[in-house]
Amino acid sequence: MAMTITEKILAKGAGKKSVSAGDNVWVQADILMTHDVCGPGTIGIFHREFGRDAKVFDRERIVLAPDHYIFTKDQMCLRNIETCRTFAAEQNLPYAYIPFTDSYSGVCHVTLPQKGHCRPGEIMFGTDSHTCTHGAFGQFATGIGNTDAAFVMGTGKLLIKVPASMKFLVEGGPLPRGVMAKDVILQIIGDLGVEGATYRAMEFAGDTISALSIEERETICNMAIEAGAKNGIIAPDYITLDYILARTRKPFTCFASDADATYISVKKYQAKDLVPVVALPHSPDNRKNAADAGDIKIDRAYIGSCTGGKITDFIAAAEVLNGRKVAVDTFLVPSTTEVAAQFDQITIFGKTLTQIFKDAGCLPPAPPSCAACLGGPEDTFGRTHGTEVCISTTNRNFIGRMGSKKSAVILASPYTAAASALTGRVTDPREFLG
Amino acid sequence: MQTIRGKVFITADNIDTDQIIPAQYLNLVPTNPAELEKLGSYALCGLPDNFGRFVPEGQIKSPYAVIIGGRNFGCGSSREHAPISLGAAGGKVVIAESFARIFFRNCIATGYLYPIEAEKRLVEVLKTGDEVEVDLDKGTLTVVATGKVFKLRELGAAKEVIDNGGLFEHARKSGMLK
Repeated sequence: MAMTITEKILAKGAGKKSVSAGDNVWVQADILMTHDVCGPGTIGIFHREFGRDAKVFDRERIVLAPDHYIFTKDQMCLRNIETCRTFAAEQNLPYAYIPFTDSYSGVCHVTLPQKGHCRPGEIMFGTDSHTCTHGAFGQFATGIGNTDAAFVMGTGKLLIKVPASMKFLVEGGPLPRGVMAKDVILQIIGDLGVEGATYRAMEFAGDTISALSIEERETICNMAIEAGAKNGIIAPDYITLDYILARTRKPFTCFASDADATYISVKKYQAKDLVPVVALPHSPDNRKNAADAGDIKIDRAYIGSCTGGKITDFIAAAEVLNGRKVAVDTFLVPSTTEVAAQFDQITIFGKTLTQIFKDAGCLPPAPPSCAACLGGPEDTFGRTHGTEVCISTTNRNFIGRMGSKKSAVILASPYTAAASALTGRVTDPREFLG
Repeated sequence: MQTIRGKVFITADNIDTDQIIPAQYLNLVPTNPAELEKLGSYALCGLPDNFGRFVPEGQIKSPYAVIIGGRNFGCGSSREHAPISLGAAGGKVVIAESFARIFFRNCIATGYLYPIEAEKRLVEVLKTGDEVEVDLDKGTLTVVATGKVFKLRELGAAKEVIDNGGLFEHARKSGMLK
C-alpha cells in the first residue's frame, strides 16, 4: 500500500505493515524529551502512577534538557531545575544536559540534533510543542503534555492518531538572495492560517527544500505547529546523513513517501516568488511583505530561540550587521553552548561574529536558553515589561508572548530582524545585502 | 444523566495557551496541590482586559464553569498547565467551534476538562454570566433564562477517558495498564 513518509514511520513504530490517515495506533517511542517547565510535572505524574521507585522505560531513550528559565533568581524556576537534576541522578540518565554543570547545553530543540538524538525513521515525543522541529531529520516528532509524557516515560508507548498529510512543494532552485527558511514557513502559515493544518502532517519537499542546510530545514519544521500541525517532516537526503552520521552511532532507517501516496492537499511554491516577510502582531499568520509592511517603528530586535537562534541564524544576522550600527536595543541569545562558542570561532568578512555584533552595538549576548521567547520570570533577559515593539526571530507573536500584555512582537527572519535593527523600522533586508 | 450547570465565560477565536496561562507561571508544578491551586487562580489572566476576569482579583476559584471559545481554542504550546489551570479554577467544560490538537489531547489525558465542539458560533450568541445547562449525554447546551437549546458535537471515545479521570485511570480500567 502506498504511504507517506509519516505513515511509514508510524507503521514501523506500531509494528504494522501499513497504516492509513485516521488510524489510532499504539507506537513505540524512540526518544522522549522533557525540560524544566514540563519535566517536574511529568516526573510528578510518573512517580504518582508508577511508584516512587519506578524506573523509566529505557534510560538511553530519555533526554532531559532544561532550557526555559535558567538564568533567573526565581526560586521556583531554580527548584524545577533541581527536580530535573535529581531525577537524572536517581535514574542514572546518560543524556541529561543540566544547567550550571559542564553538561549544560541550552535550548532543547537545538540540543537534540547537536547531541545526536535525532535520527531518520524514529518517533520522538517531547513535552514541548516545537518538538515538531525534528521532522527536519526525516523522523516523526511531536509535542505532548505532561500526562502523555509520563505514560511514555513509564511504558515507552503512546496511542496516537495517524495524521493525514499535506504536501508543500517548493521548487525552482535555491531561495533568492535575502530570503530564508523563516520566510518560506511564514509564507505558508500566512496562506494556511493558524489552524490550516490542525491534526495534519506537513510534508515539505522540492529542490528548494533540498538545497537548504539542516538548520534551515529545522526552522521550517519548527513552525509547523503554528499552523496547528501534528508534525512537520522533510525526507532525509545526503545533507541529513552528513549531519546525523557525525553525531550518532545508532542504526536508523530512512523513509521516503511513495510517489502514489495519498495527500489531503498539495500546494506548490516557486522559489523566485518568495520574498522576505514578517508576521505582524498578534498572530503568526498575519503575514506582510517586509518591503510593504508600512512604516512600522520598532523599539528592539531579538535574535534567539529554537526557531531563530541557531548558528546559521547568527551568521545571517552578522552578514547584515557587519560594518553598520544598530538603531535599537538588539538582544542576542545563542540557543546552545555550542552556538555560543561558535560566535568566537566563525569568521566572516575577516571578523568573528562576536566582533561584528560588538562593533554593530548589539547588547552583549546572553548565555544560552529560551530567554524571552516566551516571556518568563521578571528578570529574564530581553523580556518585555511595557509597550515595546520587538522584531524577533522567534516563533510566536501572541498577546503577551514575550512578557508584557501591552508589548507587540513581529516575527521575522534573522536577515529581516537585523536589517530592521539597523533602521529602527520593519525593513526588507535586501536593502543591505549585495 | 451527566449535566453541568453554571455560568459561561466568553472568549474569542485563537485563544492561545499563553493567554490561558502566561509562561511566567510555568514555574508552578501542577502535581503539587498548593501550586495547582495557584495555577487555577491565574487561569485566562493573559486575556486582554476587555474580556473581564475569569478568576476575580484576589480569588482562587472562578464563578464560571463553562468556557466558551471560537475557532482554534488552545493553540500554541503543549503546556498541560493550560487545561489544568482552567479545571483547577473550577471550569468543567470548554465549548468551542474548534480546538488546537495538543490542547484537546491534554484535556482528555488529564481528565480535567471536557473539550466539546459546538455547531454554532456561541461566542456571538451568549454573553459572559449567562446561566446554562450542558447535557453531555444529549449533546446540548440550554440557556436557562430563555430555554434556547444549542446542539453540541459528540466527543466520542474521548468522553469515556475523561469520565474515567484521564489517561492513566482509563488505561487501568480498560486493562492496558496494570
